Amino acid sequence: MSSRTRAPFALVAPALVASVLSLVPVWYLFQTAFTSGFAAVVDELFQSRTLQLVLRSLLLMVTVTSASVVIGVFAAWVVARSPLRPRLLLIIAFSLSLAIPSYLAAFAWVSWIPGISGFLGAFIVLTFVCYPFVMLPVIASMDISDPMSEKVALSLGRTPFGVFRTVTLGQSRPAITGGALLVALYVLSDFGAVAAMRYEVFTWVIYGAYRAGFNPSRAAILSTVLLMAALVLTLIEARVRSTRDTFRLGSGVRRATNIQFGIPARIATITGAVLLVALGAGVPIWRAIYWTGFDSSNQVQWDVVISSIATSFGIGIVTSVVTALVALPIALLSARYRGRASQILEGSTYVAHALPGIVIAISIVYLGIRTLRPLYQEMPLLILAQVLIFLPLAVASMRSAIAMSTQSLEHVARSLGAGSMMTLLRVTIPLALPGIMAAGALSMLSSVKELPATLLLRPTGTETLATQIWKFSSVSDYASVGPFALAMILLAVVPVAVLTATTRHGVAR
Amino acid sequence: MNQLQTKARVKQLIAGAMAVALIAGCSSGSSESAETSTGPLVVYSGRSEALVAELFSQFTTQTGIKLEVRYADSGELAALLITEGDASPADVYFSQDAGALGAVEDAGLLSTLPSDITNLVDSRFRSTQDRWVATSGRARVAVYNPELVSVVPNTIDDILNPMWKGKIGFAPTNASWQSFVTALRVIRGEAEAEQWLTAFKANEPVPYEKNGAVRDAVNIGEVSLGLVNHYYLYEKIAAEGADAVVAKNHYFINGDVGGLINVAGVGVLESSKNTNAANQLVKFLLSVQGQEYFGLKTFEYPLAAGVAPFSELPTIEELNPPAIDLSNLKSLAETQELLAKTGLLTK
Repeated sequence: MSSRTRAPFALVAPALVASVLSLVPVWYLFQTAFTSGFAAVVDELFQSRTLQLVLRSLLLMVTVTSASVVIGVFAAWVVARSPLRPRLLLIIAFSLSLAIPSYLAAFAWVSWIPGISGFLGAFIVLTFVCYPFVMLPVIASMDISDPMSEKVALSLGRTPFGVFRTVTLGQSRPAITGGALLVALYVLSDFGAVAAMRYEVFTWVIYGAYRAGFNPSRAAILSTVLLMAALVLTLIEARVRSTRDTFRLGSGVRRATNIQFGIPARIATITGAVLLVALGAGVPIWRAIYWTGFDSSNQVQWDVVISSIATSFGIGIVTSVVTALVALPIALLSARYRGRASQILEGSTYVAHALPGIVIAISIVYLGIRTLRPLYQEMPLLILAQVLIFLPLAVASMRSAIAMSTQSLEHVARSLGAGSMMTLLRVTIPLALPGIMAAGALSMLSSVKELPATLLLRPTGTETLATQIWKFSSVSDYASVGPFALAMILLAVVPVAVLTATTRHGVAR
Repeated sequence: MNQLQTKARVKQLIAGAMAVALIAGCSSGSSESAETSTGPLVVYSGRSEALVAELFSQFTTQTGIKLEVRYADSGELAALLITEGDASPADVYFSQDAGALGAVEDAGLLSTLPSDITNLVDSRFRSTQDRWVATSGRARVAVYNPELVSVVPNTIDDILNPMWKGKIGFAPTNASWQSFVTALRVIRGEAEAEQWLTAFKANEPVPYEKNGAVRDAVNIGEVSLGLVNHYYLYEKIAAEGADAVVAKNHYFINGDVGGLINVAGVGVLESSKNTNAANQLVKFLLSVQGQEYFGLKTFEYPLAAGVAPFSELPTIEELNPPAIDLSNLKSLAETQELLAKTGLLTK
């Protein structure tokens, strides 16, 4: 059992640092919330309106998370198990909707079908934005797991659906719950979609406290509710995950097998895939093209578009590499040295993910202006804020991938005299590469569309694709928004393509 | 509707805009030297870049004072300033609304402006403590379609008449609409405000995403009447020509709450080490050049330097807006709660 082995200090130290950094927003929130006294906090939180909005948030969270799990698993299955090809195109097409900021996707829908606003619209938009959080880690886990077990189950008389339900889903379970947690946290923290859809949830009062109340300490008090929700969700996920473990048995190299498909199954699969892409990415892309071409006198400033792409790409690359590096020790500890301590370390990175971007941004402002003044409103601090926001995405995808990879090879390495660090570097990490790349890709995609932290923390004059879209959409100039939105979607292809190329690498055909 | 007249006015307008450009071009040669030159002046601007960047660059050309402008939502910038406290790098805060300025003022972060600045602006349009001044104003109006409407409502209470059922457009999330509701609360009290909103809701107003969409819906006759700011109509005329625009503005006068004049304004941070340059920027915004810019580029009401509004607009005296301390518009959070309660904000 690996839990008997002591975790190497070289892993524990960076994981501790990452965990402490993740708790900066939490420290800020409590610091600020309680300046006005405990009574004020109780007073603010125990209003009937607070409860009502929390319930609406939970309703949206539960429905979007359920739908995202269904769609995300379907999409992953299409990529990893169905005969539909080419794989690269499928993953890119299925991931594009993640690259679109929720407020933009929501506006695309509501400007097309005004009647859709409200719960239905928020549900649709958030589901399409979020299902890749489930899909990407599940693809990684399906790639790592051995399809031979499915073959074996079939040969033992299970129906194809029975195999899917027990074997395929069973093996992907850690990836599914990890992805579902990310979706749930994202929905709790989202403001863009619910604002455009005019569906009032809890983040309304938090944003209201900033934009309408001009009151950061009230926002802090309200945000503690989201922290509590995140804590509960993280605990539930850890509980569900630990009730059953999945390991891959057998050799280090898997063999792809083809499961037989009838014609009706093929038609159903193709229809589902086309519908998913058409609604998820198709609608926003079509609207962006429509906006761009709406006014024929519209002159697209390509040089500005290109320089914004470069800035977004640069920030995105640095953020995703740093996020992956910071996340790796935590994911390794969590997957290989399980125990109370590593659970707390991992959980600490998740709680901040339920906070709206503006709250994290303001907490970094609070820290930066006091202690890191030379870096204030400079690139490193913006990167730090983004790393904190995306860390859970990276930890989740890596952890499920590492947990899936077999430990027997590690044991062999150890028995041959490799130290624990050597084993991690030479065996564990290479085996978990698909998950690590998925983590990088998710962070990159999220960084490119990140807005609230960028607006407040960017060096003055820095323009990313997200700030350009904000600039023009805030004055309803959608003809100018179009090219930047299309560029953002185009830019998303890069990380997804890299991800796909890498995951494929590990599969022997 | 006299289209010839409107056409003539659009021509005037274009001529005016050219004049502004010409003045800007000429005066750029005679640059005054800045008194302090301790690095660029840092401006936090809640007014959008599309609207004010050109004016800022005119300022730099004329004074040689470089600006570093951070654009974001006015309210978020107020929260940012309050979080930064006296360590803020900002010298100037330029806000879309008076409410956000009032909040930053309450946090003790704005300095008292010198009297040669405050004297430029009517006391209705500046802080009672002289810590911010308005730079331009926007009137709330009823934009209407004359092909569908013969009698225009004169007060916001006339709008509650069942004859308008399902025929009024509004933008529930728009800040200016919400400022109007705040003014309604401040002037009439919470109970009466709620009463009005409940009756308004019962008249089945049609919600739109933005003010521009309300105006467009009125123009094509989808609704008869819309509650928006005065300048949306002129933006459309400037963009599409007078022929494309049927809709007209109707002003609520005689102190009716419906005719609230909202302002954008500016203040200098107490913590600024560049006060001279900061004050210079405020003065520039209030100068003939700055005021004409707002009057002609955004069709807003100039509020200083004796600059007259764009010719089609009634003067502020003719409008006779309701009396209100604009700093009181900061209780926006309560407005949003009331709007949510009466079912006017959300679905």
